[in-house]
Amino acid sequence: MTTAPHQVSPSLPAAARAIDLHKTYGSGDSEVRALDGVTITLAQGQFTAIMGPSGSGKSTLMHCLAALDTPTAGEVMVGETQLSRLKDKALTTLRREEVGFVFQAFNLIPTLTAQENILLPLSLAGRKPDQAWFDTVVDTVGLRDRLKHRPAEMSGGQQQRVACARALVSKPSIVFADEPTGNLDSTSGAEVLSFLRRSVDEFGQTIVMVTHDAVAASYCDRVVFLADGRVVDEINKPDREQILEHMTALQAAAARGKA
Amino acid sequence: MLRLTLRNILARKVRLFMSGLAIVLGVAFLSGVLVFSNGLSSTFDSIIYGSTPDGAVRAQDTEEFDGGFSGQTDQSLSPAVVAELAALPEVARADGDVVGFGMSLLASDGTLVGGTGAPTLAFNYHDGPNMDGDSALILEEGRWPTGTAEIVLDEAAVKAGDYQVGDDVKLLAPFGTLERTAKLVGTAEFNGGGTAGATLLIFSTEAAQQLFLGGKDVYNRISLTAADGVTQKDLAKAAGKVVPQGFEAVTGNQVAAESQDAVGGFLGVIKTFLLVFAIIAVIVGGFIIVNTFSILVAQRSRELALLRALGAGRAQVTRSVLLEAFVLALVASTLGIGLGLLLARGLAGIFRSIGLDIASNALDLTSGTVITSYAVGIGMTMVAAYLPARRGSRIAPVAAMRADISVERASLHRRTVIGTIVLVIGAGVAIAGVRGAPGSDAAWIGVGAVLWILTVAALSSVVGKPVLALCRAIFARLFGAAGQLAGENALRDPRRTGATASALMIGLALVSTIGVLAASLNKSVDDVVDEQFTADLLVQSTNFLPFSTEVGDRIAGVDGVGTMSRQQFTTAQYDDESIYLTGNDDKFDDVYHLKVVDGRQRLSGAEAFVTESFATDNGVKVGDALDLGFQGGTTLTPTVVGVVEDSEVVGEVNVPLDQLVAAGVLRQDTSISILFSPGADAATVRDDVDAAAKSAPIVGVYDKAGFSEEIRGQVNQLLYMIYGLLTLAIVIAVIGIINTLGLSVIERTREIGLLRAIGMSRVRLRRMITLESIGIAVLGAVLGMALGLAIGILLQNALSDDLTSLGLPLGQLVAFLVIAVVVGVLAAVIPAIRASRLNVLEAISTE
Repeated sequence: MTTAPHQVSPSLPAAARAIDLHKTYGSGDSEVRALDGVTITLAQGQFTAIMGPSGSGKSTLMHCLAALDTPTAGEVMVGETQLSRLKDKALTTLRREEVGFVFQAFNLIPTLTAQENILLPLSLAGRKPDQAWFDTVVDTVGLRDRLKHRPAEMSGGQQQRVACARALVSKPSIVFADEPTGNLDSTSGAEVLSFLRRSVDEFGQTIVMVTHDAVAASYCDRVVFLADGRVVDEINKPDREQILEHMTALQAAAARGKA
Repeated sequence: MLRLTLRNILARKVRLFMSGLAIVLGVAFLSGVLVFSNGLSSTFDSIIYGSTPDGAVRAQDTEEFDGGFSGQTDQSLSPAVVAELAALPEVARADGDVVGFGMSLLASDGTLVGGTGAPTLAFNYHDGPNMDGDSALILEEGRWPTGTAEIVLDEAAVKAGDYQVGDDVKLLAPFGTLERTAKLVGTAEFNGGGTAGATLLIFSTEAAQQLFLGGKDVYNRISLTAADGVTQKDLAKAAGKVVPQGFEAVTGNQVAAESQDAVGGFLGVIKTFLLVFAIIAVIVGGFIIVNTFSILVAQRSRELALLRALGAGRAQVTRSVLLEAFVLALVASTLGIGLGLLLARGLAGIFRSIGLDIASNALDLTSGTVITSYAVGIGMTMVAAYLPARRGSRIAPVAAMRADISVERASLHRRTVIGTIVLVIGAGVAIAGVRGAPGSDAAWIGVGAVLWILTVAALSSVVGKPVLALCRAIFARLFGAAGQLAGENALRDPRRTGATASALMIGLALVSTIGVLAASLNKSVDDVVDEQFTADLLVQSTNFLPFSTEVGDRIAGVDGVGTMSRQQFTTAQYDDESIYLTGNDDKFDDVYHLKVVDGRQRLSGAEAFVTESFATDNGVKVGDALDLGFQGGTTLTPTVVGVVEDSEVVGEVNVPLDQLVAAGVLRQDTSISILFSPGADAATVRDDVDAAAKSAPIVGVYDKAGFSEEIRGQVNQLLYMIYGLLTLAIVIAVIGIINTLGLSVIERTREIGLLRAIGMSRVRLRRMITLESIGIAVLGAVLGMALGLAIGILLQNALSDDLTSLGLPLGQLVAFLVIAVVVGVLAAVIPAIRASRLNVLEAISTE
C-alpha cells in the first residue's frame, strides 16, 4: 500500500513543486529546522492533503509553496515560475493571479459583503469577473441568497464557503487551504469539504490542504505525511482508517524518537 | 493592580506616546502662555514701579501711558512751584519733569526707529529717586546729557538706529521745527530692567524745555520724594495744598496703578487672546485622549474580561484604566511644562520682533503656573479617560472566552435624539441673540456656537455619514478596491472616525469663523473707505499719533495741492468719560460732505457737531452746550449745531481747530486731507507730496486704494497670527489622526495580512490607509467649515453695526479643504508604512 515518497502519476502535469526545500528559524543552539529537505510535486487537478503532527512543518511547507514565506534553501515552482526569482511586487501579483487561499479563520474582510469579498481578488487585479463562472461558483457553494450579507451576519460555515468561493473565482492554478475546517462543526466542515471535492472533480481545480483531521483528509486524492520537516509517507486514494493508521504509526515513531 | 497598570503602560509605549503627545502639546501651550503672561506683567510692573516716584504733580485729567495720542497741554509749572514744594516739611526733594510725546527717533539711514507697537518716550534727566529710593534710570554707558544738544538713548534704540556714542542722532520733533539732531553721549534703561520695547529719548532739562515747552524755564510735571517717615498719602495731601490750578498732586502708587490699568487693558487682551488658544488646544487634546483610550479599551477587552472573570470588580477595572491615564498625564504634563518654558521664550522672541521687549529673567515658572498646568493636564486626561474606562468595566467576564469580542455600546439612536435637541436649542439661542434678546448678540451666538461645536463633535458619527459615504463613492471610483476598502474602513466605526475628525473640526470651525469675520471686515473697510474717503490723498502717521504741523506746511507748498484740510484728534472729558474729540480746520467742509442728520456741518467759533451715536448715547441735541474738560484743567463749552451720521473721518465731538488751541492743546496734526487742484496730474502731485513727506517717515501718504490696502494689511496680519495660533490645534488634531490610524492598523493586523495574502500590493495597502486618513480629515474639514460658516455669518449679522457687509472667504475655504487632504496624507505616512511592513504570515496568525 505504501508507495515511495514524492511519486506522482506521470500523466498529470505539476501545478506546483518544492525541490529540496529547507527552512530554519533561529541559529546555533536554538536553531529549528521546520523544513529539512522537502521535495514534492503537486499534480494538477488533484486534491492533496498534507498531514503530520504539530511541528512537523506542514504549515511552513504550505506557506512556502503559496509564496507567503521564503525558504532558507531550495526552490519552489508554481506552474513554470521559480518563486526565488520574484520580488515582492511579482509575488503579490502571483498570489493574486495564480494562487487562492482559504485559512482556518478570519478569512473575510468584515466591511465587505459576501459578494464583494468573493470578487476582491479580481477587483484588486482590476479584472472583470466572468459572470458565468461567478454564478457557477456561487451556486456550487450555495450562497446565492447570502451575497448581500456581511460576514458578521453569516455562520462560520457560510463564511468559510464564501472564502472558498473567493479562492476559486479568480481561477487560480492552485488553491491552498490551511485547516479550513478547523473552526467548524462537523456538518459545516463536511459542507466545505464536499464543496472543495466538487471543485476538483467538476472544474479540475488543484487544491492543497493542510489538516490534522483524518476525516477531512479522507476527501483527498492523495495524503502526504510530514514529520520533522521531511516527507515520510504518502497514500493515494486513502480512506479514513488508513489515514488514522498512518498517523498513529507516525506519532508512535515520533514518541520513540523523543524517548 | 498597580503593577499590572504600569506593565500595561510600558507594553504600549508607542500607542501611549502618541496620545501623550497630545497632552504634552496642550499643556505646553497652556504653561507657555501662562509663563509668557506672567513675564509680560512683571516686565511692565518692574518698569512702572522702578520709574515712579513717591508722588507726582501733574496736569488734571492726564491719562497715564496714553502714548501721546491726546497731544499735550500748554499748561506748565514754574520753578517757583518746585521750590515751594521742596520747602514743605513732608517733601524731601522735588524735581521738575519735562515729559514729551510724539518725538521720533530716526536711524542713521533716515528710516523710523520703533513706531509700530511700543511708544517713544522723551523726558528730561534728573537724579530723583523712585518710590523704593533707588534711581529711576540706570546709566549703562557714557554719561548723562547736559546742555541743549545732547541725548541719551536706550541700548535697543542705539542698535536699531545704527548709532554709536559720539554720533549725531536724528530726531523728528512733535512741535515746531521738524528735524533736530543731538549728540549721543550715553545709553540708559529703566530701573527694573529693559524698556519693554519703548524707545527712550533722554535730554537735559534745558534741552527738553526747548523741545517741548517752547524754551521757557518751566516744567509739565514734578516728581516728589517724601521725607523720612512721611507716607505717600500725606505727601500728596501736603503737596495738593500748594499746586497751582489745573494741576493735581497724586501718590506714586496711584500713578503706578493708573499706568498698570492702562497697560493692563492692553496686556489683558494679549493674555486672554493667547489663553483662548491654549484652552482650544487642551480641548482638542481631550478629544484625542477620549479616542485613544476608547480604542485601547476596545483592544484590551478580552484582557479586561479576563480580569473580571478572575474576580476583579468593576470599580477595579475602571480604576486600573484611570490610573493608566493618570500616569500618562503626569509624565506628559511634566514634559509639557518644560516645553512650555521654551515656548514662552519663543513667544517672547516673536513679541520682541514687533517691539514688545520682555525681560528674559521674567520668563520663569511660578508655582501657580506649575499647579495650573498639572491640574489642567491631569484633569483633562482623567475626564477624557473616564468614559472609556467605565465602558471597559462593563465588559462581561464571559467575553474572555468568546472568540469574537466587541465592547457593548449603546446605539447611536439616543445620542442622535439628544444631539438634535441640543442643536435646535443652540440654534434657538443664536437666533434669540440676533432677534434682540437682552445682552450682547455676539455673546448669545457664542453660547449657541459652543453648543453647536460640542454637539456636532458628539454627533459627528451620525452627521458625518453622508460625507464619508460620498468619500467612499469617490475613492471607489478613483482607486477601485483599495479605495472602497478605505471608505468602508472610515465608516466601520463611525464613533472612532467621528471623534478623530472632531478634533480637526474644532480647529477648522474656528479658522472658518475667523475667516468669515476677517473677510467681512475687509469688505466693510472697503465699503467704508469707498464711501467716506472723499479726499484725493490722506496723510496720517502709521499709528495714528499726531505729528508736527511742519509736515503739513511742506505739503501745502506742493504744486497741484488744491485744497488741504488739517485735523487734530485728541481726547477730552465729557460727563466724566473720555471721548474722542477732533479739531477740524476751515477747509474741512470743502473736502468732506458728511451726511447731516440734523442742523449743519459748518462750524465757526464755539460751535460743535457730534456724531449720531454720541448724540443718542448722551441725549445731546442741536442747541445744547457741551462741557468739555481738557488736560491741565482748561474747558470748552461749544454749542451743538449739527448731528452727523457716524463716520471714520471725524471724532465723536468736532470743534473748529482754533478752539483746541484755545483749550491749551498744543498744535499738531493727526490727519491731513488733500484735494488736487483742477487739471493737476494726479500721479505727479502724488509723487511730489510723497517727496515732501519723505523727510518725516512717521507719516504715510495714502490714496483710496492704498488706504484700504493699509488697513487690510493690518487685518490680515492679525488674521495670520490667529491662523498661526490655530495651527497648533490642527497639529494636535493631526496627531489624533495618526494615533487613530496607528491603533486601527494594529487592530486590523490580521485583516491586513489577509489582504496582502490574497494579492493586495504594498502600494495599494498604503494607498488604502492614506485614503482612510483623507476621509477622516475631509470629514473634519467639511463639518468644521460648515459650522464656521454658519457661526461667522451669524456673528457678522450680530455685529452688522461695524461689519456692515458679509464677506465669504471662498478661496480660503477651498484652501482649507486642500490643506485637510494634505493633512490626511501626512497623518497616514507613518501608519501606512507600518502596515505595509507587516509580515504577511505573522499578520495572519496574530491573535
